[in-house]
Amino acid sequence: MKQASPVTLTNARLVTPEGVRESSLRMEGGRIGSIGWDQGEGETVDAKGKLLAPGLVDLGVFAVDKPAFHFGGITRAALMPDQSPPLDLPSRVSYISKSGKPDFWVHPLAAATRGLEGREIAEIALMREAGARGIATGRKWISDSGVMLRLLQYAAMLDMPVITHAEDAALVGDAVATAGEYATRRGLPSAPAEAEAIAIARDLALADMAGARIHFRQVTTRAGLAMIRVAKAQGQQVTAGVTPAHFMLSDLATADFRTFARLSPPLRSEDDRQAVREAIADGTIDVVSSGHDPRGPEDKRLPFADAEPGMAGAETLLAMVLALVLDDVIDLPRAFELVATNPAKLLGVEAGALVEGYEADLALIDPDKPWIIQSARMAATAGNTPFDGQPTQGRVLALWKGGVPVDL
Amino acid sequence: MTRSDTSPHAARYPAGAQAFPHRDLLGIGQLERHEILFLLDEAEQWVDLNRQRTKHVDALAGLTIINAFFENSTRTLLSFEIAGKRLGADVVNMHAATSSVKKGETLIDTAITLNAMRADAIVIRHGSSGATGLIADKVDCPVLNAGDGQHEHPTQALLDALALRHALRERGENGDDFTGRTIVICGDILHSRVARSNLLCLQALGATVRLCAPPALMPTGIEIMGAEVFHDFDAALEGADVVMMLRLQTERMSGQFIPSAREYHHLYGLTKARLDKAGDDTLVMHPGPMNRGVEIDSEVADMIDRSIITRQVEMGVAIRMACLDVLTRRGRGVEGWGDAA
Repeated sequence: MKQASPVTLTNARLVTPEGVRESSLRMEGGRIGSIGWDQGEGETVDAKGKLLAPGLVDLGVFAVDKPAFHFGGITRAALMPDQSPPLDLPSRVSYISKSGKPDFWVHPLAAATRGLEGREIAEIALMREAGARGIATGRKWISDSGVMLRLLQYAAMLDMPVITHAEDAALVGDAVATAGEYATRRGLPSAPAEAEAIAIARDLALADMAGARIHFRQVTTRAGLAMIRVAKAQGQQVTAGVTPAHFMLSDLATADFRTFARLSPPLRSEDDRQAVREAIADGTIDVVSSGHDPRGPEDKRLPFADAEPGMAGAETLLAMVLALVLDDVIDLPRAFELVATNPAKLLGVEAGALVEGYEADLALIDPDKPWIIQSARMAATAGNTPFDGQPTQGRVLALWKGGVPVDL
Repeated sequence: MTRSDTSPHAARYPAGAQAFPHRDLLGIGQLERHEILFLLDEAEQWVDLNRQRTKHVDALAGLTIINAFFENSTRTLLSFEIAGKRLGADVVNMHAATSSVKKGETLIDTAITLNAMRADAIVIRHGSSGATGLIADKVDCPVLNAGDGQHEHPTQALLDALALRHALRERGENGDDFTGRTIVICGDILHSRVARSNLLCLQALGATVRLCAPPALMPTGIEIMGAEVFHDFDAALEGADVVMMLRLQTERMSGQFIPSAREYHHLYGLTKARLDKAGDDTLVMHPGPMNRGVEIDSEVADMIDRSIITRQVEMGVAIRMACLDVLTRRGRGVEGWGDAA
């Protein structure tokens, strides 16, 4: 569905890269026509002083779960190749890239290796033709350094970013928790947090050799973040992401073996949580994504170690990032850089910012509206949120995809 | 039939149900010191009974106890079965192979099924940490943890404490609690729920606990739980009152944790020579099953005056009788323990 006629949103607080300003925004032909000019013909919508921000671009989700994404103000998502079957063939990429249209766009991430097994490089160039916007190693790290180097070289040639999972596979083994007091008290198989920094160190070195762009989907430890910081200072093309779980929660949340807090990578120590918040503040972390991975009782109503990792995060992403604004960790423009502008840049799409000529993917937000996160009442296909019962604030009032309003 | 008022230590804990206000026994970590002492004191009467020719009472007559074991076990299952039967309960053993219950909803479904059969108590062993708690959430009757993954094995820790108490008393020493005692636990600490439960229990009763294992078999951060960490067994044994040996849980190991059993024995095997260096009267314990010649030499395991390994087994039945009795009191409407549900 194309936008039929121009619409002007008046009396809005626009979150632009330059700052928040009261103005109007005109959507025309599915794009942002002009900002600060409200004299055009056609329909007008009074935003009543609410926040008008770019629709969120969610980098690295595991399911296309439209109701949850729309609830959370997400208009595009980069889908991880960990599907059944994996996104390791052009036909699958082509199919999935159209699966959300028109009111939601899915940007598939090509599986780095066939079957995501970390051995043979998949047909990445053909998958790029089919619509893949990036390459992902999947839920796992590629443990063979030779394969990883050749992958990064190939990706550099194709000018595609490689999105990797940073946990040394041999150290992690069958661990489900971070080594430390809590894992020891609960008797959970655990791996040292250093497994992350070790994986990052190798992949940074390989990416540097290959001249590739590398994105670490989740960096969750102080040591890992320190390495990203150094690599950035040296001018390497590296970006880092995280999900709200790792800046909101520590491994304390796994008390009573709550499987909704079973995540990959696992929740870390309180010191690592603080390090993630510092890294968000100082720009070391570029992207905050939901990691949306709805899991039903068949995957979660199990003993902790037997449960599948993952959380349904699409609905809470915005509220959690707005919580960082309330806590003075970041300001509003930076919040939307993290959840929209930077991921869009990484995917090479003209969206994720209120810039004239960009896709009119917009979210009208009441940043103060209080609500309580309730597992049982979520829009997602499953309510596996570690934030169940938590009061929060910030809700999407209206959403436009390509200038067309989305039913919420 | 409330027995707490006849206990020699009745003053050590509150009266009636307040002495043990928990519905389930999931771990030592949930118990207060006085609650541990209460269970130990309650077990004394069963130690006496079990030494009679007629080892039977009707306290739990008419009750159904289900032993649901999702992991292989011989001695613990037998011990719980005997305990239930000696109390007069109808005991049913459900021995599910681990592989068949690992998938999907089965564990919860099993719990719901057991609940629907109106069990009066369920004893559970499962290979995953936290599994017994998960089941306890889904059923209406008391749940006893007979070992969950690498988390807890509370009745083992209680029976160890009871065995130690008896051994100390027989020597004319104070066995009321273990204040001032140094107890070494040596072996595969990482994979051991027995070590965790014993660490908590022995510390609650006043002991200093030393844990000894090669680094790969020592859990990260265990010192935060108050343990003294050793890698040198001889150093750990110095001045020890008790040494508790654990077997290598090779079934829980993925990858190589020690170079060989021979080398392990060289560094961590309890030999007569090592025991002699520890002290003249150091007691030897082992939760079983033993791997003779690996973590413990036969010569040591069979020392009549030092090894209390068979006494541990004996106390196991008494402790489990005490736990089953206490946990079913509410349901049985025992005076002072609230009405039947």
